[in-house]
Amino acid sequence: MDYNLWTALLQGIRNALPSLSASLREIIPVLFLIIAGSVFLELAVYFVLAKGLKSRYALPYTLLAPSALGLLAFLGWPLIFNVGIAFSNWRLANLLNPSFGLKYGLDNFRKVFTEPLLNTKASTFGVIFGRTMLWTVVNVFFHVVFSMGLALLLNRKLRLRGLYRTLLVVPWAIPDVVVGLVWKGEFHQQFGFVNLMLAKLGIVGPPWLSDGSWAFVAVCIANIWRGIPFMMVIILGGLQSIAGEYFEAAEIDGASWWQQFRHVTIPLLQPVLGPAITLGVIWTFNNLNAIFLITEGGPSEQTNILVSALYNAAFGFSKFGFGAAFAIVIFVILFIFAGGWLRASGALKGVTEA
Amino acid sequence: MKATIAKAQPRRVRANSFFYRARGDSPFALLVINLMLVLACVVAVYPAVRVFSISLGPFNQSLIDPFTIVPASATAANYIQLIAKKGFVLWLCNSLAITVSVALIGLALSATGAYAFSRWKFPGRRPGLIFLMATQMIPAGMVLIPVYLMLAKLGMINHFNGLALAYTVTAVPFSIWILKGYYDTVPLDLEEAAMIDGCSRLQAFWRIVLPLSTPALAIVFLFNFMQAWSEFPVAYRIITNKNLYTWTLGLKALQGQFQTEWGMYAAASVLITIPVLLLFLYSAKWLISGLTLGSVKG
Repeated sequence: MDYNLWTALLQGIRNALPSLSASLREIIPVLFLIIAGSVFLELAVYFVLAKGLKSRYALPYTLLAPSALGLLAFLGWPLIFNVGIAFSNWRLANLLNPSFGLKYGLDNFRKVFTEPLLNTKASTFGVIFGRTMLWTVVNVFFHVVFSMGLALLLNRKLRLRGLYRTLLVVPWAIPDVVVGLVWKGEFHQQFGFVNLMLAKLGIVGPPWLSDGSWAFVAVCIANIWRGIPFMMVIILGGLQSIAGEYFEAAEIDGASWWQQFRHVTIPLLQPVLGPAITLGVIWTFNNLNAIFLITEGGPSEQTNILVSALYNAAFGFSKFGFGAAFAIVIFVILFIFAGGWLRASGALKGVTEA
Repeated sequence: MKATIAKAQPRRVRANSFFYRARGDSPFALLVINLMLVLACVVAVYPAVRVFSISLGPFNQSLIDPFTIVPASATAANYIQLIAKKGFVLWLCNSLAITVSVALIGLALSATGAYAFSRWKFPGRRPGLIFLMATQMIPAGMVLIPVYLMLAKLGMINHFNGLALAYTVTAVPFSIWILKGYYDTVPLDLEEAAMIDGCSRLQAFWRIVLPLSTPALAIVFLFNFMQAWSEFPVAYRIITNKNLYTWTLGLKALQGQFQTEWGMYAAASVLITIPVLLLFLYSAKWLISGLTLGSVKG
């Protein structure tokens, strides 16, 4: 049967209705249950604290009760449970009756550092850790450099500035999944535009996604493209808050452009740039989507970073106990880095004192 | 910083710095700057435009020339087939149902929780704030493994509730941070005045603080909405039933048969992206001010 756009839409809706009504019947009662439960919890907490214990803090604890309970039950408890899983031999074979014990845990942690994380021999912790560092440094470096350049250009008197800004933000506005899957197509050796363009220039394009090193370059390119707008917008905001007089004063004192950049722009951008780079590092380090959607860690596991190796180990190979131990190792690495960085930059101070 | 600016004003010096030209750039410099920016814009937008061109044509024609934007044989066939034959409408509705619930519940929980963090120095506040911040560093896998196993035991695999729960608890910590930062900027005097006039604390919160915080509330709603709307790795593990696919799963499934479905897959990408793109560009200013709220304060 032939459809036009209108009849196609009607047909689509008709197809969707049965499943949709089934899922709505499931989701709406739960919504009401959550609302009623929250109200009940708040009333209970308030009466116990205010009437029973006469606490000064009855109201804040009441206001916090539903979110605290939710976070503890579905975020706090899983984190504790994760430690439990790390000390077990949980995998697909014993999905319903795993055994727990100190021996299993020590074994899991030992395996993280001594045995390959995935199938191939080259996927050891050391190799993947090194690749993650390279991935993070390369991405954040290019994000900052390109964004700084673009922000400096945009921070001048230009007639089309608004248009440029809007167009430059586009990569950030497209959903992750679309970006990942689109770039996967664009790096296709025959039909992707990257190689078609290279062919126009007379260059034979590399087999992007079937060669390990090229695939790593490809995911880096895609992720750099995706991440520039965020950094650019943050830096531009910082630049616009710097008064022009600083540069005029520096110019009168005979400072070269590099000296002005180094001694005026950078220090005054510090309060904006510091947190943005911290966030950028954490996000890049944890960026499962960019890797998983474009290469799934392949070819032959050569583009895995720590988080994608974790995802593949835990769910691709269903090694839950091992995966949980591995997750703790990753978290400790990130926590040490972020904690050290925040302490050094003093960003945490204002946060808890305010 | 404000004091220095005020002092510098009366001097009225106009020197042209490399980074700051009081009278604008010379025509040649303008040309160079504009050329560089146009090039950057092309690089930023081209991949998106390319997907649009591919969505318009049959597989073999639109793919050959990377510079054709609208192929000569442009048709809407891909779109029609996608909507009528594939479950595209269902995916969108599923995503919408989950996302709206997550954004609404997340907003209600974080709006009240953030108020407690902003106005009272109760015992447990500091550890609470540090816990909320620490959750931002947790790799997804570390929560996903226990959550997956818990949901498996509870029989909630292939149910929206499990997915919505997972999304909500990951959205709340960041929302509380942003809202707390915003509430901190609302002067306490306003509530005190209202309470002298006979409001209770909660009435003051409801009638004064919340309306004044509309921009921040909008940011949080939008942010959580977009986050849940585009989420993939968690959904990929929890939902395997085709009737429950969200659009991210549907798109991934279309791409599974890449060679043949390339045009339809591009059409789906376009249809998904356009509303999100418009919403994002429209709200970009607020989103950004929300993101930087906590970090540049004070």
